[in-house]
Amino acid sequence: MKEMISAGTGAGSMMGRPASFSRKRFRFSDWFAEKFIKFIAFMSIALVALIFIFVFREASPVFRMDAVKKVVDQSLVPEVYGAVPDQPVAEAPNHQEASAPDPATPGIKPSSTLLSREWMPVSDEPRYGLIPLFLGTLKVTVIALLFAAPVAILAAIYTSMFARPGVREFIKPLVELLAGFPSVVIGFFALMVLASILQNLFGYASRLNAFVGGIAMGLAALPVIYTLTEDALTAVPKTYSEASLGLGASKRQTAFHVVLPAAVPGVFAAVILGLGRIFGETMIALMATGNAALTSLNPFESVRTLSATIGAEMAEVVFGGTHYGVLFLIGSLLFIFTFLLNAVSEFYIKNLVVRKYQSRK
Amino acid sequence: MNRNLKDKLIEGLTGISVLIIILVILLMLFIIVKGGWSELNWRFISEYPRDGMTKGGIFPAIIGTALMTLIMTMAAVPFGVITAVYLAEYANERSVFARTIRFAVKTLAVVPSIIFGLFGLGFFIGFVGKDMDALFRGGELKWGQPNILWASLTMALLTLPVVIVSVEEAIRTIPREMREASLALGATKWQTILKVVIPGSGTGILTGTILAISRGAGEVAPILFTGAAYYLSHIPHSLSDQFMSLGYHIYIMSTQSANVDETQPIQFATTLVLLILTFSLNAVAVTLRYRIRNKAK
Repeated sequence: MKEMISAGTGAGSMMGRPASFSRKRFRFSDWFAEKFIKFIAFMSIALVALIFIFVFREASPVFRMDAVKKVVDQSLVPEVYGAVPDQPVAEAPNHQEASAPDPATPGIKPSSTLLSREWMPVSDEPRYGLIPLFLGTLKVTVIALLFAAPVAILAAIYTSMFARPGVREFIKPLVELLAGFPSVVIGFFALMVLASILQNLFGYASRLNAFVGGIAMGLAALPVIYTLTEDALTAVPKTYSEASLGLGASKRQTAFHVVLPAAVPGVFAAVILGLGRIFGETMIALMATGNAALTSLNPFESVRTLSATIGAEMAEVVFGGTHYGVLFLIGSLLFIFTFLLNAVSEFYIKNLVVRKYQSRK
Repeated sequence: MNRNLKDKLIEGLTGISVLIIILVILLMLFIIVKGGWSELNWRFISEYPRDGMTKGGIFPAIIGTALMTLIMTMAAVPFGVITAVYLAEYANERSVFARTIRFAVKTLAVVPSIIFGLFGLGFFIGFVGKDMDALFRGGELKWGQPNILWASLTMALLTLPVVIVSVEEAIRTIPREMREASLALGATKWQTILKVVIPGSGTGILTGTILAISRGAGEVAPILFTGAAYYLSHIPHSLSDQFMSLGYHIYIMSTQSANVDETQPIQFATTLVLLILTFSLNAVAVTLRYRIRNKAK
């Protein structure tokens, strides 16, 4: 198309009327269509921004209430403490609902408990300690990655290096079938079957725990890591492996010492995306991890992850209250984290695309 | 000899990894089919739940899922197709704008589904819905609470990247010559897109739609607090009604049901229905995609 336009300009200038010929006739429908399409495309940027804004907006009362509290604490002398209703900034009905449980906890500001080691949002003295949730998420994520990444990468190496062509055509879609399982189905399988199998094998006490949840989430992340790793390995130029094999290296040596190192950025991006998938996984966490917010490093104890906490508690909180705000705060943290992960993997995938392009030349 | 043995061992290890994955898939399929098969019959599909959800069928959940994905499709597909047209036909790959859009689409694809749920709650219900109530209904609560419309729109955001990626891929397989022929005959760019590019990528649009439906039907986290209901005695009549969904039904039946053991057959059968639904949709999409790629060669 670009050539066409430039050809047109060339012809036009030869005829001595470059301006009228090179400038295409203005058509309103075309102009409008282009603007409209561009606007709709812009919506996806706006959407990401809106998600940012709204998730943060709902989380902000956690800190704003703090400020309100401080003002109250400083301005009111202890004896008038009972006069909660005239809290200065409680103008929205939400805030009034929200401040209802607060009088019971005179000294504690909502955000001062964020770093405590107890997650007890519905007790008389609510504590919103995120430490056990972070620890739980970390435990499950590590277990899931330790299971999924090696299996997925080795399977991808088999598929792209060792499998005979006929077998390869058969393996790839079969493994990718795993991606078609909705996470609630994997969660259900983990809850009903996997938990019992693993408990019989390892003989630990609590049936649902970080280990079961981790393995189940690993299953969800497997196809992500597998597909992207396989793509990265296939994108390595054939000449690399041909040169290596030609020098007398075995297939195994070629795979692990030549092709895999060349594909490292892609494999890394694959693992990062798998990590993002595990980190934000909600349904499997809700169903298979036991959901007890314990602060322990034992992988066979029940855990509560960040996303599962949102999923389990959001339906029961007071709209606009502290607990509601804290759940949105957790959501903001999840969002920031996956956003950064995506930014990192984008950077590496871009590298890989360049490589791919070079191999085609 | 030693090297040979090491080669064999490591090759074997990679082969075992593939076997593990395939075995897990087969095990999952086998157990779900075995557990749900006996319960799965016409009555199960066409009846309402009975006796406090311990007996009966899953009719409202099937209809709820279907309606939700229908509304979701109506929102996600037009937006997705237009964005894909922009990316494939108009965008200058080097421009910051186009690259930002690409990055935004990728971000939407990796944002955890629960975040979409939060966004739906904060934006659609707490902001748009509340304001609609304040404006049109004088503050009476109608739209400012979970319903099928907000759930579907939330799900549409989640499935938007699926549509965009499929459609863009299809548009890119349309030969350059076809566009040039159209332009050479005097058609404008917009006419070319409307008469050549979009009809030519019909299969791709269909693929994207099917993949989006399959994804939307299976996701639960985004609708947890934007519209899914535990039990309803009727199917949704209007956009402001709540709805039952297959995935949500599996979740509550297996974790919050009064009698988890007794209702196990129902849980397995519901899971089987959901799996059959998503797998058959995926199978159609894979076949269509295979055709597009072959045509491109």
